[in-house]
Amino acid sequence: MGKKNKIALLTYASIIFLVPAILQNNYHLMVLNVAALNIIVVIGLNLLMGYAGQISLGHAAFFGLGAYLSAVLTTTYGLPPWIMLFLAMGITGLVSYAIGIPTLKLEGHYLVMATLGFSIIIYIFMLQLDGVTGGPSGFAGIPRLRIGSLTFDSDRKIFYLLWPVSIGVLMLSLNLIHSRVGRAMAALSHNEIAARCSGIDTETYKVKIFVISAVLASLAGSLYAHYITFISPGTFSFFYSIQVVTMVLVGGMGSLWGSVFGAVLLTLLPEVLHAVKEYNVLIYGAILMVVLIFFPEGLLPGMVRTWGKRRSGGGSFSRQPTALEKRG
Amino acid sequence: MTLYLQVLQFLLSGLTMGSTYALIGIGFSLIHNATGIVNFAQGEFVMLGGMFMITFFSFLRLPMPVAFFLTVLSVAAVGLLLEQGPIRRARSKEILILVMITVGASISIKGLSMLLWGKNPMTLPPFSGDAPIVLLGAAIMPQSLWTFAITVIVVVGLNYFFKGTLIGKAMRAVAASRRSALLTGIPVDRMILLSFTFSGALGAVAGMILTPITTTSYDAGVMLGLKGFSAAILGGYGSMPGAVVGGLFLGVLESLSAGLISSEYKDALAFFILLTVLFFKPSGILGRGRLRRV
Repeated sequence: MGKKNKIALLTYASIIFLVPAILQNNYHLMVLNVAALNIIVVIGLNLLMGYAGQISLGHAAFFGLGAYLSAVLTTTYGLPPWIMLFLAMGITGLVSYAIGIPTLKLEGHYLVMATLGFSIIIYIFMLQLDGVTGGPSGFAGIPRLRIGSLTFDSDRKIFYLLWPVSIGVLMLSLNLIHSRVGRAMAALSHNEIAARCSGIDTETYKVKIFVISAVLASLAGSLYAHYITFISPGTFSFFYSIQVVTMVLVGGMGSLWGSVFGAVLLTLLPEVLHAVKEYNVLIYGAILMVVLIFFPEGLLPGMVRTWGKRRSGGGSFSRQPTALEKRG
Repeated sequence: MTLYLQVLQFLLSGLTMGSTYALIGIGFSLIHNATGIVNFAQGEFVMLGGMFMITFFSFLRLPMPVAFFLTVLSVAAVGLLLEQGPIRRARSKEILILVMITVGASISIKGLSMLLWGKNPMTLPPFSGDAPIVLLGAAIMPQSLWTFAITVIVVVGLNYFFKGTLIGKAMRAVAASRRSALLTGIPVDRMILLSFTFSGALGAVAGMILTPITTTSYDAGVMLGLKGFSAAILGGYGSMPGAVVGGLFLGVLESLSAGLISSEYKDALAFFILLTVLFFKPSGILGRGRLRRV
């Protein structure tokens, strides 16, 4: 990680640390907490989209898998939450590995469909296995997380759990993409064949990235379950997968800071535009299309490009300047 | 004897659903062959087919053939607009970006439909009454016969179009190699436009024949699209006979498992099959060996 990123990360962390002092409204804190969880999922997904050149439309399922595994294991069976959180991550990792191995070997975009199919299966199980999951009416009474005698039972307390985790994930991911693995990933996203020729085992890398991104979604899901203490299948529907993909695209594929921006912006947006609930689907669809059509490299990088330096008019980019050019 | 009858009944209903999956699957294949992208909005075309037909036939009380024709035109126009607008204007022509644009189009269409037609499920009357016809001891709805007949007409018509007309041959040339097609003077852009328009029309037909059987609502598209896609993958992606075989196969499997095992997991089964095919034989039932990107 370069010096610039370290300074940015420190500044970012200190600003976040001060936010609860300024914000008195618990509801605002809750929205920000949800944003922190979304950041975790979106960063993971961006590693996949920006560095493996693959899209998952099943992150709602991995998020849901984390949430339901944590919920069922801790509430029904009374097992310790923290350990179950890691167990859920492990199980989700194995599941994603099983999906990734066959699909990522194929040329083309089979992962999109495989993950989408998988997420629909998981969704149906959440609805139908009501003996275990509570079915459509949801699963309530999930215990809160605690460290020693400190129980994370208010929005304010949990803010200081979720945000450090989300910043930690950002830091680790920034480290990852600036490591040897990260350079291999960047090469892979740039030109898979060239990467393979220079001795990078592209298949293994793609599967690894996919597993990492699924595990991160599971982590966010478990934290979500213990935070809200009630989960229902609706949260983990196809639409959530679309939301996180949109967040990645708005922030720019391959740009982790962009992901933070995209996740926060799109989590806050529905709260700012009140009475928008009816139009939520339409708005996400429209944002997704506009960003993809006019700013395929991301809204933030796109705007910077348009207003920043307008030397060459328009310019055609066959592959967006993702990984190699803008590291982090 | 009763089991035999039950199975026969499930087979018939499976083939009915399967025919519509086949039509949706062909729609996927058309666009895939011309452009290499997976059109996620295909399912929305089907939903729109049902919705437009309800509007023209039940609300505006137009005669059925007129309503049918207008619906095909309207949804074909949606397909055309999708290509002319978002897909054509996209600044990046990367497949991944284009695929995601169709995802965006799909949820935009869904959101708009919710505003236009509301959230309640809607239905169409069957094309010719609902007195079942008894065949070999099993009851068959007239709508199922319509479904079979229309599917056969469409498939035969498309087959003639692709094998017998110059435009059809040009479209096949584009599917085989876009670059060579361009070099031989085929207007590739126009062929792509045509493939989107055709897919819209196919979706419309599928939606119209399906709605009297299953009803439709603004959010029906995603599931139907995925079923059609599974059908296409199952039969061999990009191949028209493949889509037909895959669609019928999927429909029958789904109906048998729903009837004999459990109906709650019916939808899960379709995707379980999809995943299994992707794992073991990604080229599908009729697929020829190696996979490649078009």
